[in-house]
Amino acid sequence: MTMMKKLLTSAVASALMASGAQAAISDNTVKIGYLADMSGTYRDLAGPNGLTALEMAIKDFGGTVNGAKIEVVSADDRNSPDTSSSTVRRWVENDKVDLVAGMVASSVSIAVSKILEENDRLGIISGSAASSITNEHCTPNHIHYVYDTYPLANGTASAVVKEGGKTWYLLTADYAFGHALEADVTRVVEANGGEIVGTVRHPFPTQDFSSFILQAQASGADVVGLASAGADTTNAITTASEFGVTQAGQTLAALLLFLTDVHALGAETAQGIQLTTGWYWDMNDETREWSDRFMKETGVRPTMVHAGIYSSTMQYLNAVAATGSDDAQTVRKQMMDTPINDMFAKNGKIRVDGRMVHDMYLAEVKTPAESKNEWDLYKILRTIPADEAYRPLSESKCKLVN
Amino acid sequence: MTMIFGVPLAVLSGQLLIGIINGAFYALLSLGLAVIFGLLKIINFAHGAMYMLGALVTVVLFDLLGVNYWVALFVAPVLVGAFGMLIEYFLLRRIAGQDHIYSLLLTFGVALIIQGVLTNIYGVSGLRYSMPDMFKGGINLGFMFLPYYRAWVIVVALLVCFGTWFIIEKTKLGSYLRAGTEDSQLMQGFGINVPLLVSLTYGFGVMLAAFAGVLAAPIYSVTPVMGSNILIVVFAVVVIGGMGSIGGAIITGILMGVIEGLTKTFYPPASSAVIFLVMVLVLMIRPTGLFGKEA
Repeated sequence: MTMMKKLLTSAVASALMASGAQAAISDNTVKIGYLADMSGTYRDLAGPNGLTALEMAIKDFGGTVNGAKIEVVSADDRNSPDTSSSTVRRWVENDKVDLVAGMVASSVSIAVSKILEENDRLGIISGSAASSITNEHCTPNHIHYVYDTYPLANGTASAVVKEGGKTWYLLTADYAFGHALEADVTRVVEANGGEIVGTVRHPFPTQDFSSFILQAQASGADVVGLASAGADTTNAITTASEFGVTQAGQTLAALLLFLTDVHALGAETAQGIQLTTGWYWDMNDETREWSDRFMKETGVRPTMVHAGIYSSTMQYLNAVAATGSDDAQTVRKQMMDTPINDMFAKNGKIRVDGRMVHDMYLAEVKTPAESKNEWDLYKILRTIPADEAYRPLSESKCKLVN
Repeated sequence: MTMIFGVPLAVLSGQLLIGIINGAFYALLSLGLAVIFGLLKIINFAHGAMYMLGALVTVVLFDLLGVNYWVALFVAPVLVGAFGMLIEYFLLRRIAGQDHIYSLLLTFGVALIIQGVLTNIYGVSGLRYSMPDMFKGGINLGFMFLPYYRAWVIVVALLVCFGTWFIIEKTKLGSYLRAGTEDSQLMQGFGINVPLLVSLTYGFGVMLAAFAGVLAAPIYSVTPVMGSNILIVVFAVVVIGGMGSIGGAIITGILMGVIEGLTKTFYPPASSAVIFLVMVLVLMIRPTGLFGKEA
């Protein structure tokens, strides 16, 4: 029923546009709500600096769109789906927010996307990892922009298996994101002839990993895989190095590492770790130019999430300008029809399931000798082409894919 | 290989040892809380923040002044303890004698402010702190690899715990402390400076938290939010041990470390809840806690 309604609305909207009639920007204001972890374990990878990236995009766009003003509100999601749901409900029902941007913890994004679907507003998720967001949890009201667990597994896990890491022991963060990553890694490892010999699901967040590291050591697996993020991952890596995991011959595979995590660990501890990323600040002149501007505002180098927030906000505003509307379906359709070519992605494309597919990169953390400054941390080993990186639509369980 | 409930004995012994190490942290932290509550009747929700400050000060002292681990082990707790005494003098003293809920809310607010300000400065990704060289490596015990540093943590934490218990329960200074909080007017009549005693006691409890923080700095990611996660667990430990019982806090701390460690082996998803489960059971059977005196 709602599906039908949405299809009709967008059909009518496109018809109107085609006939040259002026579609309207509601209240003559485009209102963007920025929702992210502003104070907890995922603060640094998105957080307040993500808000800066969003504001940079609005400023670069010119501050207004087709004469309508652009307003921003922001809130701390506290990594809680409940808190986030009530925030977003208030935003869309009372505050007339048109777009919700940011969003980090996958559980938060899944909860928020349901509310966006009920109210027919748009969400662009830049921070979350779970590939289920555009698979079983897909809605016609959100876009998943930067990366997801599917390419993370495809990039890192397949590289490690090909280097001989056949048996895996997984330490999984026990919530939506960790489960999605675990499933994707298992698929890749098994497809490449490897085997998962054991899994521990640890509470999120966990400070002391010694007990889990001990279990991983006792398993005798070739590879200890960390299906976690943020402080969980850095804590696990620190403990693994303390307990001599790699010295004893096991390989450590961190499946999701952000630049801020590697920066916190330092090249000394993190050297040689392979990781998959959607973007890196030091790839070419375009990325460096934007990163320099970002660093001037924030004092740090941007993560792929920061860059994605900037890029996706720009794409959104371009779509609003082109259609003259802030209606969710109209804008989403326009964004799907427009390939993304900017400092973040080349030839990026938003698919019908809401997944933005673009090239991903397999990187390795530099040694202290190679690293010229504290942010000079990755060397790119390989580009994973977009159509190889992401889950093909033919395997999709998304209700929008036929 | 001998198996216990499907877990090899060797793995189990390792987990028991790990449990005792983590328990030593819990003991150190809950001890400070128990001292502060037992003697001052203050529910110190800033305890996690003080633990964090201990670790953060250690890292910052090293980065700015090159202060090494051994010096930090003394200097950081003293600095943080002095900061605690300022909080006692300027804030907590004003609500002395009020209902417990006031000290709880006040210290909770203080903790949030400290945490928020430091998060803005340092972020949450964690600050780097390398292990002192002499602690690098470890020994193979046959059933597990024991890093030297963890062995050091057990030894020093237990020594400090025992020392604190001894001072408070067995020495003259301890008897002044206990008497001063029992009947402060009488003690002042004897010429004892009770307000100073209160400040020093709070400062000492805070020092214990900061000391645990210094011990944590080389092995955990040091962030302004590291204290908030551990605080609630430590409170549960104190409640299980019996609010205010010094010896109870130490023994319960170690016991809970072990129970948590075993849960991490047999059913990891429950490991963050198991201590609270124990707390509920204990409160149902013995509302004053395992070692608490009848109210």
